Amino acid sequence: MARSSGDPTSLSRRGVLGVAGASAAGMAAFGRAKAEAEKAGGPGAASIDLTINGVSHRLAVDPRTTLLDVLRERLGMNGAKKGCDHGQCGACTVLLDGKPALSCLTLAIAVRAPVTTIEALADNGALHPMQQAFIDQDAFQCGYCTPGQILSAVACVQNAHAGSDEGIREFMSGNLCRCAAYPHIVEAVKQAASRMRA
Amino acid sequence: MRPFAYQRAGSAEMAVSLAGSSATALTLAPVQFLAGGTTLLDLMKTGAMAPRRLVDINDLADAHGRIEATPGGLRIGALVRMADAAADPTIRRDYPVIAQTLELAASQQLRNMASLGGNVLQRTRCRYFRDPSWPSCNKRAPGSGCGALAGVNRLHAVLGVSDACIASYPGDFGQALAALDAAVEIVGPNGARVIPFTDLHRAPGATPHIETGLQSGELIVGFRVPAGPWTRRSLYVKVRDRASYEFALASAAVALEVADGIARTVRIALGGVATRPWRARAAEIALTGRPIDEETAWAAADAAFAGAVTHGGNDFKPELGRRTLVRALIEAARMEV
Repeated sequence: MARSSGDPTSLSRRGVLGVAGASAAGMAAFGRAKAEAEKAGGPGAASIDLTINGVSHRLAVDPRTTLLDVLRERLGMNGAKKGCDHGQCGACTVLLDGKPALSCLTLAIAVRAPVTTIEALADNGALHPMQQAFIDQDAFQCGYCTPGQILSAVACVQNAHAGSDEGIREFMSGNLCRCAAYPHIVEAVKQAASRMRA
Repeated sequence: MRPFAYQRAGSAEMAVSLAGSSATALTLAPVQFLAGGTTLLDLMKTGAMAPRRLVDINDLADAHGRIEATPGGLRIGALVRMADAAADPTIRRDYPVIAQTLELAASQQLRNMASLGGNVLQRTRCRYFRDPSWPSCNKRAPGSGCGALAGVNRLHAVLGVSDACIASYPGDFGQALAALDAAVEIVGPNGARVIPFTDLHRAPGATPHIETGLQSGELIVGFRVPAGPWTRRSLYVKVRDRASYEFALASAAVALEVADGIARTVRIALGGVATRPWRARAAEIALTGRPIDEETAWAAADAAFAGAVTHGGNDFKPELGRRTLVRALIEAARMEV
């Protein structure tokens, strides 16, 4: 996902909204101060080490900070989504030690395992077979749940749960899709499973 | 979420020491143990729980994260994750009811995260408890009343209820432990002790905020499940609003020893219908020594729900619970072991 480029013409939708919001409110200075405070982690902050997509990060966090908020608010990795923030929807799914986990119910300070997010799946711009399968099978509409769906789907195949439609549905049942793309998601997992095994 | 301090414990003894002791009920104590965090973090976000300190016990997995099978039974460490116990080949073959209670619970993500020690202590899904914007909940705020008695109570318990609380125990694994006469290994400020699992949870009575017999600072470190001729002929039937990733409306864990068509040993625990993991001993007595067929299974089910008390929204539960138990008994009797 190309979102850190210095080229002004490549400003992401999120970047535009962020700048516009801060200017309109005249809060740019406040935003900078807040960012500095957050950088230090705030009162009671602790230094933690995370390995995310093979890269080590050392940062100071308030103990309350979830892994999801570290990814999105501190490291600019917006692939994992905040849906319910209560462990019910699966939009925040990441892989811990290769297993699907809910980053919204995981305190960053308690993370010991290496983290894999959706940002790591494509290989130099070439989509992962599961990402391609979701496109080929029309396995999403709004796309909000899709990063979590794809990470669960990758683990579903890697952990040998993709042998049957029932097995796929059970393994994936923690990832809700309000567009109800479920039948297409099952087809996407099956398509990718054969290519991942090949 | 309220601010809290965070500490890691390297051993059970250190965890107990860090937890200290407090005069309040365990559920309201200012120090809470953190394992998978799937219940605790959720309730800290809603404000239903507000500990001032968390003691992270995940590093205890080396000492208390293994499954050991011997001819005498199973020893399962409290830091074993739900998914790992559900996938264990010995458990699946020799104690299928345990594997089924785990794989029919929650989602894959939650099963990967949640520890078994935390699982048996998971708090009720009663919305009057979970959401502090409701003023009345005797479990969350002792003495404040019960919003569910005259409120939305479709999901609530019909067995073991009191005038102070009808919140349903939400777990599944606890039913397997109750049916199999498991024991709980506990360490605490006064040393180690082992208690029957069926003695761990309390009925709500007048003090629904006191959910277990655990004392201040005590930590569950493992479970012991005795072997027996009934463990292979065991299963879990779970009835719910959707096919996966949902709590039970009614469930039954059943283990049988059958010889010459006669039930020699009958073990039954019920979920989704009771305030705690519920061993249905009257039903067991009704069936023991008899052949298992529709007629005897229904007699056992009637005995199981003889004391049911409903509150409007959950009027359907005794009938659903009886049918669930009958199905579980018939299916278990037909198992090839």
